[in-house]
Amino acid sequence: MNQTPSSRPSAAAFPARVEERLPEREYRPDEVQLFLYNAVLFNAHRIHFDHPYATLVEEYPGLVVPGPLMGDWLHQCVEEWLGARGRLVAIEYSNRKAAYVGERLTTGGRVIGVDAARRTAEVEVYVRNEVGEVIVPGKARVEFFR
Amino acid sequence: MSGLVTPELLAHVGRKSEPRRELVTRRDIRRYAIATGNRERKYLDGEIAPPMFYLALFWPVAEREELLPDGVARDPLLPEFPLKKAMAGGLAIEYFKPIRPGDWLTATRELTAIYEKKGSSGPLIFYEVEMTVVDDAGELVVREKTTRILR
Repeated sequence: MNQTPSSRPSAAAFPARVEERLPEREYRPDEVQLFLYNAVLFNAHRIHFDHPYATLVEEYPGLVVPGPLMGDWLHQCVEEWLGARGRLVAIEYSNRKAAYVGERLTTGGRVIGVDAARRTAEVEVYVRNEVGEVIVPGKARVEFFR
Repeated sequence: MSGLVTPELLAHVGRKSEPRRELVTRRDIRRYAIATGNRERKYLDGEIAPPMFYLALFWPVAEREELLPDGVARDPLLPEFPLKKAMAGGLAIEYFKPIRPGDWLTATRELTAIYEKKGSSGPLIFYEVEMTVVDDAGELVVREKTTRILR
């Protein structure tokens, strides 16, 4: 398991600290971003590109930001923080509340646990909307390279 | 429990999709990285795929007549549920191996669970679909569990 001699303070040298914050990033998804994302998936779901359909038929306040796109942003949040120091091993998240084109959305997170012996860290991540609600909460596990 | 999850419905648990084998290309990786707002050069250049690229690679390619009026294709893995309105869903993903241009990957989906819970405004049906992605050597690349809620 832990290769370092027990005399060395491996926990202090561990590259992540509990409560350490991941840098926040702001996203402002527009129609072009949604077009590109739906094109890449080959997703024809009207709620993401047909404004009259989304608002009049499904009665959403606007075009719906795709759930897995916000899931990808959580990955970006973890990977940009982690850099070349390690890799993302696992992630889970849930789309609790929808977001719409024009909203200002923020990703971020914090370290909630470290295991120096396994060289892993647990990270809590989120997408927050501009009124401060966490609309996509998630949790990720990263592994630091030796 | 209001008995929405009948034995007939439960009989669908364990149903598997036909495996789908797809080729990873640099172009598709670049398109995915740009479409998701990624800022990392290795992804924008398509040298290696962002983790969630697998989702785009295996999004169903439905023919025109399979699309419903809302633009969504019916998922052949799923039975007809007594509740229709889809609510929030969740994803749990494990990453085992990186994805690179030239990789041939195969995905298989399985309906792994159907269960009922009491919500604040009536019954809810939960179902889970597990997707397993392997490479041509049979090694696990990604495993994804989707949970969806119907009300």
